[in-house]
This record gives sequence, C-alpha cells and structure tokens, in this order.
Amino acid sequence: MTGSILFDAIVFLAGAIICVYIVKRFGLSSVIGYLLAGVLIGPYVLGFIGQEGEDILHFAEFGVVVMLFLIGLEIEPKNFWNMRKTIIGMGGLQVGGTMLLTYFLFTFLGYDWKVSLVISMAVALSSTAIALQTIKEKGMMDTTYGASSFSILLFQDIIVIFMLGVLPLLSTATTVAGGDGHGASGNLLDSLPIGFQTLAIILSVVLIIVAGKFLIVPMLRKVAKTGVRELLIASALLIVFSISFLMEYVGLSPALGAFLGGVVLSNSEFKHELESTLEPFKNLLLGLFFMAVGASINFIVIAKNPLTISGILIAIVIIKAIVLFVTGHVFKLKLDQKLLLTFSLSQIGEFAFVLLSFAFSLQLLEQDQMDMMLVITALTMSLTPITGMINERYILPKIGTKESIKRPMDHIAKSQNVILVGFGHFGSTIGRFLRSHGVEATILDQDSNRVDFLRKMGFEVYYGDATRIDLLESAGIAQAKILICAIDNPTVTKEITKLVKEKYPHVELMIRARNRDDAYDLLNLGIENIYRESLDTSLSMASDVLNKLGFRKYTLNRQVQNFIKYDEAILRRLAKEPKKGEDSYIFIARQELEKQERYLNEDFNRGIVAYDNHWDSEHIRKTLEEQQDNSDEINNTNTPS
Amino acid sequence: MKKILVLFSHPKFEKSRANTSLVSHIQDMEDVTFHDLYEQYPDFHIDVDAEKELLAAHDIIVWHHPLYWYSCPPLMKQWIDMVLEFGWAYGPNGNALKGKTCLNVITTGGSKEVYCAQGSNSFTINEFLRPFEQTATLCGMRYYPPFTVMGTHQLSNIQLDAHAITYKSLLQLLQKNIIIPDVDNCIFLNDLPELKNH
Repeated sequence: MTGSILFDAIVFLAGAIICVYIVKRFGLSSVIGYLLAGVLIGPYVLGFIGQEGEDILHFAEFGVVVMLFLIGLEIEPKNFWNMRKTIIGMGGLQVGGTMLLTYFLFTFLGYDWKVSLVISMAVALSSTAIALQTIKEKGMMDTTYGASSFSILLFQDIIVIFMLGVLPLLSTATTVAGGDGHGASGNLLDSLPIGFQTLAIILSVVLIIVAGKFLIVPMLRKVAKTGVRELLIASALLIVFSISFLMEYVGLSPALGAFLGGVVLSNSEFKHELESTLEPFKNLLLGLFFMAVGASINFIVIAKNPLTISGILIAIVIIKAIVLFVTGHVFKLKLDQKLLLTFSLSQIGEFAFVLLSFAFSLQLLEQDQMDMMLVITALTMSLTPITGMINERYILPKIGTKESIKRPMDHIAKSQNVILVGFGHFGSTIGRFLRSHGVEATILDQDSNRVDFLRKMGFEVYYGDATRIDLLESAGIAQAKILICAIDNPTVTKEITKLVKEKYPHVELMIRARNRDDAYDLLNLGIENIYRESLDTSLSMASDVLNKLGFRKYTLNRQVQNFIKYDEAILRRLAKEPKKGEDSYIFIARQELEKQERYLNEDFNRGIVAYDNHWDSEHIRKTLEEQQDNSDEINNTNTPS
Repeated sequence: MKKILVLFSHPKFEKSRANTSLVSHIQDMEDVTFHDLYEQYPDFHIDVDAEKELLAAHDIIVWHHPLYWYSCPPLMKQWIDMVLEFGWAYGPNGNALKGKTCLNVITTGGSKEVYCAQGSNSFTINEFLRPFEQTATLCGMRYYPPFTVMGTHQLSNIQLDAHAITYKSLLQLLQKNIIIPDVDNCIFLNDLPELKNH
C-alpha cells in the first residue's frame, strides 16, 4: 500500500503526532512515541510503509548528522581538549570491553570469527540520538553522568570511522558494488594508496577548519545582513550538507564531519542562530529516523526464532550494561551515576544500522544474520526509554543517592516552608545566607555528588528533576510559602514556574533570570520576583570604574540605585509590548541589537544623569543670587556649607 | 478628619518592646498612614518624589523615633535632608508644607529625671529637639511639643501598653480638627488634660 510521497508524508506525520502525543501524556520520552509510530505504520501492523522504510532510514540518518553538528556547536574547542582523557579513557574501555565480550559470545554461539567481529563492532556502539536527547531533555549535561555519556558517545562516533575503514579489509569479496553512502566504498579515494587516503582525510579536516573561519562565517555575515530569514535557514542546511558531502567523499563519517564543523563554528557569533535554525529540522529528522527504525523491525524474523532473538538480545544488553557499569566504576562514578550511565547507553546505536548494512554489502554478513541484528538493534533502542524509566522511577530513588531520606530526629533546624531549587554557585549563596538566619530551605538538586554532601551537612535535600510534580510534592510544595528557583537553565526554570503557578498558586515564586530576555518571558508568565544575574553585579562594577575615574562613591551608589529602578521600569514596559514575529528567533543577534539600541535611546533621552540637588550648596547659592534683587527677606536659608 | 502621617524610623524595630507596643496600637487606625522608613528604604535610597506626595496628602506629620545620642536615627535625618528640599519645603517658593502640623514622638531609655539641667544629660528633651522644632518652623509648619515614652527599660508591658493607648488617643484627638487650648503650655503632649479622661 504505497502511494505518493504526499501520502507517505501524511502517514508519517499523523503517526508521529498521534503516538508522541499519547506517549507524552504518559510521561514517557518522545523517542518511544516515534518508535511506536514506526511499528504501527510499518509493514507488520498497518502496512502503510513497506520496503521504502530502509530508504527513509538512510534519509533520516541525516537527522543524526544535524544533531552532531548541533552538539559540536555547543562544545568549545577548549572544553573538548579538556575532556580528551575521559573521551579516550572511558570510550576506549567501553568500546574495547564490549567488543571483546560480544566477540566471545558470538564465537561461542558458533559464528565465524569475521561475523562475530562485525557484530561486536556494531554492538559496541550506543545510540547518540537516544542518549543525548534524553540527557538534554532532563538538563543533565553538566552532571558527571552527562559528561561521561557524552565522552563515551563521542569516542564511539570517532571510532566508527575506523570500523568502517576496517570492514573492507576483512572482506574477501574483491569488488564491492555501490555503497550505502556512509561507508568507505564508492568514493574517488578508493583507488589511491593508503598514504594518500590518510593525507586526503587530514586535508579535508583542515579544510573544514579553514573554511569555517574564512568562508562560512563571512558568508553568514553577508546573509544576516540581507535580513531574509529563509536565507539563513538555507545557509545552515548548506553548511551541514556540504560538510557531509565532503566527508563522504573522503570516506569519513558525515556525522563526525558535522561535529567538527559545529566545533569550528562554536566560537562564532552565529552559534545561537544556527542552533535555533537547525533545531526543528533535527527534531523532525530524528523523529523520522526513529519511526524508520520502528518500521524496520522485522517481525517475521522475530516470529521465526523468538527464543534465539530474545536470548541474544538479553545477552547483549547485559554485556553492554556490565561493561558500562565497570567503566563507570573504574572512573569512580557514584552508584546512581553509574546506573544512569548503564541504563542510558546499553542499547545498540543507529550507527549499527550503517555498519551492518555496509558489512552486508561487503558480503561479510548473511541476509538472515543482518536481519537478526537489525531487529535486535531496533529492539534494544526501543527498550532503552522503558528500562531508563524503570531505573529512574523505581531503582534510583531507592539506592545510591536516594530521592529523599528521613533525617535523624535530633536535627533541630526548623522547616520554614521554603523550597530552594538548584544548589549551584547561585543557589548555594542563597541557601547559606538563609541558613545563617536559621532559615532552613528544602533543597532540590539533581547532582547526586552535591546532594550527598549537602545531606552530610544536615540539609534536607531531595534528589531529582524539579519539573516532576511528585518530587516537588514530596519536598512539601503544598505547605511551602516560597519557592526559589536558582538554576541557570531557562527552559527548566519556565517549566517549574508554570507547573507551580498552575498547581500551587499560593506559593510565592522567586526566580533567577539569566538576562533581560529570560526576564521578559518570566514577566509574561506573571512572575513578579525576578532576579537578573546580569544587573546588580555589572552595575557595581561600572560604579567602581567611575569611582576610579574620580566620581565619589556615595553619589555613585545612589545613582546605581536610581539606574536599577529605571532599568526595571523599562524592562516592565517593554515586556508588555507584543513580540514582533513570535517565531523569528532566527535573527536573535539582530533583535538583541535592536533591543540594545532601544535601551541606549532611552538612556540618551534621559541624558547624562541629572544629579539631584541634595547636599548641593552651589544650587542654593545660585538660586539665591537670582532672588537677591527682588527679595531681601530670605536671610534664613539653612544653607549647608 | 485630619490625615496623619507617621514617619517611623527605628533601625532595630523587631527588638524594641516600647515601639512594638506603640506601633501596634496606631498602625491600623483610619486616616493614619504608618510609614516604616527603615523597612521602605533599607538602602537609605529615599524616593523623594513619593515622599513629597505623601506629605502633600497629609495634614499632620509625626516624626516617630527613638532618641539616639540626643537626636534621631540616621535614616530619619537622611529623610529630612533629602525630602525637605530647598525651593519646595523652604526657601523661595518653598511653601509645600506651610500650615501643616508637626511633632516628634520619642522613646528614650533614660528616665525623665536625667533629662534636665541637674541630670546626667544636662538638657531637657525639648531642648534636644530644638533642631526639629526649627526645621518645622522654617518649613512654615506648626510644631507641637513631643509625645514621649521615657525610661523604657524600667517599664512593664502593662505600663507600655498604657502609653500606647494614650498615643492612640492623642492621634484621635489631633484628627478632630479642633483647637487644643493647652497645647503650647504643656511640656509633653502626654500632659494634655484631654488625654487624662481616657
């Protein structure tokens, strides 16, 4: 039942909307929704999508490429360099360990050593798409677990290139017809000796770095100047396409190239524009990717050997889990961080599809071997969100850093019905000051190291995601007077704010805002108590600058207070104005400039600060001189001298 | 009914027994605006325009404060410095306060006996309050003798409450827009015969 492209599009979109909606209502990850949609519209249930599922899969892998580009954008080269030890150490241990154990498993099961090797390579990889998506959704990128997962995934993304390079060497088939566009086959470099290939690879990496600086950034500047939004979207896509093409051409993974391109552009002023432009594409393409995976689960293969498949599936997941757990242990992660890592990376990743089909085209795998592994891969990917949820809901709260603990009865601090979300640099200062007044806030944090430490110090701490209403409830939101939100993730902040405002309107919200933009959003959500981190500190610095230039401190101090009042007034006034073009986030930098311009104009209208006349005898003297002629009666002036 | 503005300044209100009692009796009275300066301006950054509006809207201004080193707490003085501007409160065209009434409400730790020529403080309360009196006079306001609660360290809670009730009666009396005949003859407003009836 395959119709036109339009029909396919309708099927995919409708499937996605319905399934993701349902799954979200149950509080599950959207990944499960997409997979479910894929299964439903796939050949074995409704049959809307037939064999073209695999083509779609290849197309949708572009979503993974875009995602890696976006990940690259967020990594500044310096941070990347700082992480090199964890990347190689953790990644190496995980990939090596998993490959070894899987290899033994498959040779034990009687497979040929080459088949075992290929499969062990595929199994060693985890799904960047699933794992990172979840980590980002939960805002856990900054935790040890997040960083470890990221390191391992990055290592895998790099190692997959070498794997793709090794496969042809294993192949006994002399010529390989065609490629799947991801492998090292079918490009111009094949005919060249190895040395030249390596050189070409190095050259292309250098090319990306140089082009990033001297071609892409100037191009983006010109495009931004035109003010035409679509052009920027086109440029963003062009960049990603070109890099992917170049990478494929020299036989590297397009995902890695995209990642590299992202890193190069991460220091440019277009970072945020590119991010917001590509984000929707990435999400849709990833959705498509997951649907295609769902549709490619071959239920006939499962039906034939249900026991073998499920046996191998379980064995693989256990092997991966054990290796991950051990890796976490070697790198001294705490128990709950280890568990998170174990559960979130224990699936076989999307690159396995690439690797397996490439191996098949090299005649390294038989048709049924490939089908079996594809099914297993898809199944492990479908299982991850479910096992992850079980881990989070039922296992984690009970072991390691527990979600909540009963405090010893002898603890004397009294509960003042204040909930403090986030105990980082910002929140800890608040918490310490409150504590120095005998006010004990109930703390919510999602860094287990910190939670343990704080508990040791006698704080009442709940561990977990503060956007979960049940966690807020166990922290006593129903009785709370005040909720302080001191985290620096504006998305999470807004989510908490909305949640509490809707369900517990009596709680007074006091919210940290990173900047003016966040403050606008919060004002529009009806929040009154907003604390901009970029206001007081910068003014106190500016005031010190003026002091060094000779202005007196007390006068400056009063002017700073005036300025804060004045700035808050503009903020509130501008926040009420409707946003121009709700979705035009594209030219964020441009809008930001416009806003700055408006502020500066306001400042200009205000003029150089009109000093008031307090303690200013000069003013009185002048006024009196003017008056002197027409009145002599004022001889009692109380003039300060 | 005259409108009364109580400008209250106490840097440690939460620890003051006497003022807690005094304030609790008057802060919710009708047509009395209780204005807690240290709560409003913890950073000493007084909103002059807002203060001028408040003054314009009231007929009787009360400077309610403890006596510290024979004067008011610093924020009260800051308030006087900033709000009573040249050209507004005094000086040419400085007529904004003309015709209003003004008085101090004072709490002191020392007893009445030490505030006299023979006592350890050498001068009377009224003498120490001369700067306030003259400030009011220069602004064209009528200045009344102070209402005082003295020797607060020795007063029991019951005695403090009695003073607070008298304070409330005084404000009610002042609100009545009648001429109080003895007002210039008494040393403290506490001595007004009209208040003895209560």
